[in-house]
Amino acid sequence: MTRIVELRRGILKKNDELAAALRLSYAEAGVLVVNLVSSPGTGKTAFLERTLTELRARGSRVAALVGDLETDNDARRLASSGAPVRQINTHGICHLDAEMIGKHIDGWPEVTLRGLDYLFIENVGNLVCPSSYDLGERIRVVLLSVTEGEDKPLKYPTMFNSADAAVITKMDISEPCGFDRELALHNINEIRPGIRIFETSAKTGAGMEEWLAYLAEIRKDRR
Amino acid sequence: MHELSLVTSIVETVTESLDAYQKARVLAVRLRVGALASVVPDSLEFCWGIVCEGTPLEGSRLIIDLLPVVVHCERCGKDAELEGVQSFRCPRCGEPCGELRQGRELEIDSIEIDEEERTA
Repeated sequence: MTRIVELRRGILKKNDELAAALRLSYAEAGVLVVNLVSSPGTGKTAFLERTLTELRARGSRVAALVGDLETDNDARRLASSGAPVRQINTHGICHLDAEMIGKHIDGWPEVTLRGLDYLFIENVGNLVCPSSYDLGERIRVVLLSVTEGEDKPLKYPTMFNSADAAVITKMDISEPCGFDRELALHNINEIRPGIRIFETSAKTGAGMEEWLAYLAEIRKDRR
Repeated sequence: MHELSLVTSIVETVTESLDAYQKARVLAVRLRVGALASVVPDSLEFCWGIVCEGTPLEGSRLIIDLLPVVVHCERCGKDAELEGVQSFRCPRCGEPCGELRQGRELEIDSIEIDEEERTA
């Protein structure tokens, strides 16, 4: 006898459950967790380095987890900000998942969630897979550099549509790159109407004030 | 995406759900996949047979229901289905729509099983 059995189970259910538990623990600890996603080479690390340094200068307690397939180069770079930084090597896996985050927070000697105001997660450079993996973050921020082409949001709608904010990086070289700012803003808004967009340069510090004010605003607004 | 690991996860989940039906054989698995799920149906099907081999799902069919994006239009006060994922605007009035009602699904909807072997 054949029969149909309804399952209605998420394929990534295990990750979603772990992420939900993480989200709860972040909220209880009062730490704002930010997931940074972009293609490789957009400048996530430079942007994060500047963010960590500026937040520390303002007296905020910050830390970062950084994902890459191999090497701890990014963690060493970010450590120059003075913030605790932990590298996650995925050894071939193209995204971070909630289990990796949980493990690296648990076994992190110098950091407790309660001792933090902000925790940044720099995801593996990839505009496809990280969009499907919830890390329990409060906000997901997608980065796009002026060297990448204004149509990135149209090419990778899933990632841009799932983001809470967008950051355009390397604005200091937008002119020599022939970056069409209006078109980029238009494309981001086509895919994610009403999203907050920050136009930044980690080199000159342009746009950082607005970005940091946005983070502070989100942190204050405890949900 | 990494369709092989998704298929492995589907096969595990379905196999676990068979605990309630001893010796059941799976004939078909139906998925609900949203247009924004970053999943390629062809790649799922490509891995399907290989991963199912030696499991109660061996020989089963994979049925994929593709779900278009549905947004909620504030101006019309109604939900609207989008034809693609290149513009998130209401197809009726052109208003940009930030609120998604459907399109990110990535789930196992149901399975069709054959229980005959149990009594045989």
